[in-house]
Amino acid sequence: MAGQNQRLNVVPTVTMLGVMKARLVGATRGHALLKKKSDALTVQFRAILKKIVAAKESMGETMRASSFSLAEAKYVAGDGVRHVVLQSVRAASVRVRSHQENVAGVKLPKFTHFVDPAAASGGPSNASPSLTGLARGGQQVAACRAAHVKAIEVLVELASLQTSFLTLDEAIKTTNRRVNALENVVKPRIENTISYIKGELDELEREDFFRLKKIQGYKKREIERQRANAKLFAEEQLAEDLALKRGISVGAAANLLVAGGEKDDDIIF
Amino acid sequence: MVASFSKHLVKFPSNKNSPTTSAPRPRPHLPDLICDDLPASPSRSRHRPRRAPPPTKLSSPGSEPEQAAAKMYGWEMLSFNIHDGFLEAIVRGNRSGLLTAADYNNLCQCETLDDIKMHLTATEYGPYLQNEPSPLHTTTIVEKCTLKLVDEYKHMLCQATEPLSTFLQYITYGHMIDNVVLIVTGTLHERDVNELLEKCHPLGMFDSIASLAVAQNMRELYRLVLVDTPLAPYFSECITSEDLDDMNIEIMRNTLYKAYLEDFYKFCQKLGGATAEIMCDILSFEADRRAVNITINSIGTELTRDDRRKLYSNFGLLYPYGHEELAVCEDVDQVRGAMEKYPPYQSIFSRISYGESQMLDKAFYEEEVRRLCLSFEQQFHYGVFFAYIRLREQEIRNLMWISECVAQNQKARVHDSVVFIF
Repeated sequence: MAGQNQRLNVVPTVTMLGVMKARLVGATRGHALLKKKSDALTVQFRAILKKIVAAKESMGETMRASSFSLAEAKYVAGDGVRHVVLQSVRAASVRVRSHQENVAGVKLPKFTHFVDPAAASGGPSNASPSLTGLARGGQQVAACRAAHVKAIEVLVELASLQTSFLTLDEAIKTTNRRVNALENVVKPRIENTISYIKGELDELEREDFFRLKKIQGYKKREIERQRANAKLFAEEQLAEDLALKRGISVGAAANLLVAGGEKDDDIIF
Repeated sequence: MVASFSKHLVKFPSNKNSPTTSAPRPRPHLPDLICDDLPASPSRSRHRPRRAPPPTKLSSPGSEPEQAAAKMYGWEMLSFNIHDGFLEAIVRGNRSGLLTAADYNNLCQCETLDDIKMHLTATEYGPYLQNEPSPLHTTTIVEKCTLKLVDEYKHMLCQATEPLSTFLQYITYGHMIDNVVLIVTGTLHERDVNELLEKCHPLGMFDSIASLAVAQNMRELYRLVLVDTPLAPYFSECITSEDLDDMNIEIMRNTLYKAYLEDFYKFCQKLGGATAEIMCDILSFEADRRAVNITINSIGTELTRDDRRKLYSNFGLLYPYGHEELAVCEDVDQVRGAMEKYPPYQSIFSRISYGESQMLDKAFYEEEVRRLCLSFEQQFHYGVFFAYIRLREQEIRNLMWISECVAQNQKARVHDSVVFIF
């Protein structure tokens, strides 16, 4: 994965480590929640799919029945009956109402049909549907009307399901993308960052330790040296004291030797 | 040809009014007069066989030979062929062009609409369908078949002389009523006139139909347009100007149709002879069928008993006692109970099971076709013209049904509604 070897650009400090750890916890929790949401949506999705299949099957049957009932009505009432029906309609009596339904945080549009009582009863000069084809074919026209109302019901149901289907599909895709992104990008990146910070901190710690050790060794050596010097000094002091007591300054003797060597020709060695 | 059509139409009201009423009457009072006349008409029909023409009139045929012959049953053959023999020959020739049972069987076997078109090309519909492009639709087939019917009708109308031309025009008044009602409703709902005109049935067209749309309210409509059409008496008769505006359009249509049927009935009686005998039988059946259908279709609606009673035509086998029974029917079984007292209808109702009314329409169609076919058994009468037009319409219905079944893959139900004609 692309994010496998990446890490966030952060200063490797203990504070940052804390922040990163908190983010990792958040990402894990978010991932779990989104996973649950995706599962819930999928369950809903499957249910809707099943309903859509059933509705589509029944729709074929209903549409065939309704268009055939139109043929029956035309047969009995004559071809002109469709014009009569068309002319006498003023407003649609079957209306569709839409509202929203909440499934796992996704708003699904739902359509329900209802019969508008004002339009169904008709206006003053609006021929009420029940009297159409009074002399011939009234029953067939009524049957045709009933069949088509039924077909509309199925169509509205199917439209509602299809819209939910599409919306849900989109929502599931988004959620799955988020789940995958969290799982495969965000979490590894944070984990990488944490391990990087940890590595850096360890390195620093090791460096410090080494430096301390070095300093300690230096200090030790220094003390040793001082102690040796002190010891030497003390011995010299002691020897001087002894010489002084004997009356011969060690230094002076030496000097004497040196001076005598240069100046006194009498001294052979 | 259009000119001759309109000429007949314009001429018609005066022609119709003069023989029925002796005194010229102003149009606004038309309803009262016709309503007074109407109850008398069935009784006249009952007296008809006894009313033999006086021998004196027969012995002097020089004055009005046609009328004298028309009045008496069986005497048409003397003079019928002078004017109407040619057209009767034509209509009988056309009749043999109707699809037969073998044709229907072939059509029912079709798998696609193109197959149907192929089969129809071999029949008289061929010239009308052969140039149709291939993605064929049911409405196109129906449209073209109707066009053929209209062409035949116009041809016959051009050749016809009085009183056959009037008779032929009477046949189309039903469609005319439908068209007027359609345009009036469309105008009330502010639709486009040209769009409405396309939807009108071609048999019911008349010259001034487009100007129907200019009228803003019903009174104007009557005063400006309808008064010149043959439908004017029906309008003035059945509808007073007060309830023109708020009347249910379906009730108006049926009231008009009732008036039309009654007028047609009277006209046929006036023609007399075999025409009267055959046409009155067919029209009575038509009126009874309408009464039954109105009853069944108005069950459970807001139509009151009195209103329902008013829509029944005042003649027919059911008039008047059957109408009284039908008017109070509340369900289909009561209708059946009322109808079973009438032997011709008993057989129709015995074919459909209890509580079921879906098959009733087919049963009525079959009975109508049977009666229409019988009219070809006699010669020298006008009933054949009416029967031919009606049979063609039934044939177009059959074709529509078969095409719909084929187009919608419902071939199992093809035989449900096809009415074989011959």
